[in-house]
This record gives sequence, structure tokens and C-alpha cells, in this order.
Amino acid sequence: MIRFDEVSKTYSRKARPALDGVSLEILKGEFVFLVGASGSGKSTLIRMVLREESPTSGEVHVLGQRLKALPSRRVPFFRRNLGVVFQDFRLLNNKTVYENVAFTLQVIGKSRGFISEAVPDVLKIVGLAGKASRLPHELSGGEQQRVAIARAVVNRPPILLADEPTGNLDPSTSAGIMALLARINEGGTTVVMATHEASIVDELQKRVVELDAGRIMRDEAHGSYRRHLEELRVDELEEETA
Amino acid sequence: MRLQLIANEVWNGLRRNLSVVVSVVLVTFISLSFVGAAILLQMQINQMKGFWYDRAQVGIYFCGPVDSTATCTQTAATEEQVQAVRDVLDSGAIEPYVAAVEFEDRQLAYEHFMEQFSGTASAEFASPETMNEALWVRPTSPQDADLIREATSALPGVLEVRDQRALLEPIFQVLNTASLAAIGVAVLMLVAAVLLISTTIRLSAFSRKRELGIMRLVGASNRFIQTPFIIEGVVAALIGAVLAAGSVVALVHFFLQGYVAPMLQTIAIVTIDDALVVAPVLVGIGVLFAGVAAAVAIRRYLRI
Repeated sequence: MIRFDEVSKTYSRKARPALDGVSLEILKGEFVFLVGASGSGKSTLIRMVLREESPTSGEVHVLGQRLKALPSRRVPFFRRNLGVVFQDFRLLNNKTVYENVAFTLQVIGKSRGFISEAVPDVLKIVGLAGKASRLPHELSGGEQQRVAIARAVVNRPPILLADEPTGNLDPSTSAGIMALLARINEGGTTVVMATHEASIVDELQKRVVELDAGRIMRDEAHGSYRRHLEELRVDELEEETA
Repeated sequence: MRLQLIANEVWNGLRRNLSVVVSVVLVTFISLSFVGAAILLQMQINQMKGFWYDRAQVGIYFCGPVDSTATCTQTAATEEQVQAVRDVLDSGAIEPYVAAVEFEDRQLAYEHFMEQFSGTASAEFASPETMNEALWVRPTSPQDADLIREATSALPGVLEVRDQRALLEPIFQVLNTASLAAIGVAVLMLVAAVLLISTTIRLSAFSRKRELGIMRLVGASNRFIQTPFIIEGVVAALIGAVLAAGSVVALVHFFLQGYVAPMLQTIAIVTIDDALVVAPVLVGIGVLFAGVAAAVAIRRYLRI
């Protein structure tokens, strides 16, 4: 589904690379947490999958496409295979819940008939069936994020990318969002989620990829937010407790 | 669905930037009016040229008793000399370029002179004896005048060969300069209009940054994203262009044909038919320039 081969990204203004020789393979149907401190390269990695950024060196393959070889004018069509959710929801404030979700389908040219079936369906899945005609500011943060998720998955993309989707939400609302993402993942969608909320990662016990300063520090199949204590060296342990 | 969506986007964009859109309309209106005026002036010049050149003749003046030049010897041209010139005009080499030849004797020349200048000081000193005999030659086409002059000006007894076209040249020069000035103003105004349109489109795109970001995120094609903006620019320019076309037609109909033409009946003035040729040209220029300006302006927002 997604493969990174020795991918590095250097921004001209910064001496330190945002990604430094990252190799990673994500398979179909996986649920992967990207963890690490701010600036560790999580967002850069997600943006590369979207082809919003291109690597300085190395190769990124997504859905069998070598992104470097993808011409710019094909990028919009490539992106139709990816759903994306952000921390700040990115909804259109002057459009209702229904219109926000339908907008996605309209701009990629889906028929009116398809839209009028798919939008209510997906709103039911995310639990907003009764709020289709509300405007975003009339909803709670959790509900707004559900709209964003509905928008991301309404086109049934094989991959869902989530960049800190619970960053603006309280813990109980976050749990609801996570349950929704887990359900979408069970339906066969590959989910890649960047987060730095330990409780969420520990709860789900999914694959964890930890980044630090642009390098992969660990990649565990059923990981938790932190390395297990017995794996930490004594000096690191002292650092942790300090 | 998509058509309706695009139409909505265009309408929202126009409404949101109403004041700038109005200025785009006005600037296109004025600049295209100048373009239209320049084109009409060119048409007028061509029409007048055609009108006058068709009537312009070549005058071959013969020597009078007081003329002393290379070909005149202070004696009036003899009948043989006049006949020799006629023979040249009838010869095989020149004949195809000559449509008609008319002889003007001194008496006739005097009458023509008095028609034009009676009451002026020079008329008091004029008499048939001070006039020159002349052959008035109408060339087959105006360009042939030079040929006729070359063939006859060096013949004995010929004082001067005068092409009437030369008298009209200064008038056309003035008109031509005026139309060039109009074109110059028009070009400047068009540049302003193009810059204004691209600014308007950038502004419009900026105010819709969020939508554009989401469109790009969900995979809207570049063409889909840019179309509303291009249409927006084109619609604004189209309104201006239609106003300009209307004003050009109105100018010709009410001012030139309704007011000037009845006063100057000897001159052919551009007609409403000419104006109706100019109108679609103006609309075409407006739409083309606006479309290109908008497409270039929006490109920055399409970079992936």
C-alpha cells in the first residue's frame, strides 16, 4: 500500500533534515500510529504520502504508484484514493454538514444520484444522521471531526491518513473518534494516524512507528506509546524520570 | 451538478468582490472603447482614401508664355507638344493605366479657378491668359499616377505634372496620427485592464483559500479549480466589452450618422455596418484577454 525507501527530506533553510533515511512498509488493512515529538517528521511523512511534498532523496510508493514519476496533473486523480483528516477539521463554515460531505463528491464529478445515496450513508456511519443540515459552528468539536472523517471516507478510499485527529478534542470525545477510525479500519481501509497522545496508542495496541528527528526509532506490531520499561537503558530511564 | 456548482462558485466570487468587479467592468469598458474608436478611425481613413483617390487626377500642366524651366522656354506649349503628350498617353506602354484624359484650355481653367477663388485677392489678378493649359488624366487605379507622371514630366512643353493625391496626404497623415494615438491609449488601458483582472482573480482566490485547499485535498482537478475563476474574469470583462461595443455602435449611429454625416455630405462617413463589424472584435478581445489574465493569475493556486 505505502512504501518508503530510504526517504530523506531536507528543507533548504534548516540544517537538520525533516526525514532522514526512512524506510517503511505499510500493508493493506493495517492500522499504524506514527508517534514522536513535534518536529520529529510525522506530518512530513503524511504529506509525502499525499504528494504535497516530494522527498529530497529516496522513493515513495503509494498504491503501486511511484510518486516521483507521477506528473503534476495526475496528482488530483491520485488523491482521490486517499482520505485525509486534520487536527483543525478543515470544514467549509458556510456549508452544512451534508454539503460539506457532498462537496468532495461534487468536485470530483460524481453524479447527483450517487451523492444523494452516499452522503446519508456515510453520515449514518459516523453517527451524524440527524445533523445533516447543521452548520459546522453549531456542532461540537467531536462532531465536526466526524464530519471531516465522513468527508474523508465518503469516496471509499483504500487509505485514510489522519494527522493528529484528536489533537483538539477532550479524552472521551477522542475515544469516540478512535472507535470510529478503528471501525473504518475493520472495513478494510488502511489507516495511518499521527498522534502524540499516549492513552490512545496504548488503548488500541496497534502497530506503532516512532520517529525522532526524522529517523525511525522503533516499529512494533502491537506497540504502546512508550517503549516498555525493560527495554530502556538506565540512563534513558533517568532522563525519563527527571 | 458540476455546471451548477461552477455557476455558484462564479456567482459567489463576483458578489464577494463586487467593487473590484465593477472597476474591472469600467476599465475594460473604457479601454475597449478606445480600441473600437481606433479601429473606426482606421476604417474612416481607408474609406476617405478610397473616396478621394478615386476622384484624384493627375494634372499635366503645359508651359505658359512666362514659364522658364528645364522644359519650358518662355513660350507657350505648342499644339504639337500637347499632341505629343497625348500620344504618349495613348501609347501601348501607358494606355492601360489611363482611364480617361480631358483637355482643359485656358478659358476652362479660368472658369474653374474663378469657381474656387472668386472674391479672393488672387481672383482679381486672374485672367484666362495667366492660366495654363492642362491635360487632366484619371489613372486606372490611384497607384498608377506615378507611372503617368514619370512618362510625361520630362516631355517638352510640360511645365509640371501634379498628382492630386499629394495634396490629400497631410490630411490622412493627421488622421493616421490620431488613430495611432487612440491605439496607444487603448494599449495602455488594456494593460491596466489585464493587471486589474489578474489582481481581482488573485483576491477572489485568496478569499476562497480554504475551499481551494479542500478542493485540492480531495482531488479536484486543476481544470475544475480554475474554471470558476476564469469564468469570473471573463464575465466581468464581457460586461465591459459589451458596454464598449454598445457605445461604439451608439457613437456611429447617433453622432456620426445622425449628426456629422448630414453636415458633411461630400465625405463618406463610417456606417453602422462598420460599427457592427467592430463590436464583435471588441467582445472577442475582451474575452480573450480576460481569460488569459485570469488563467495566469490562478496558476499559483494550482501548484501541487
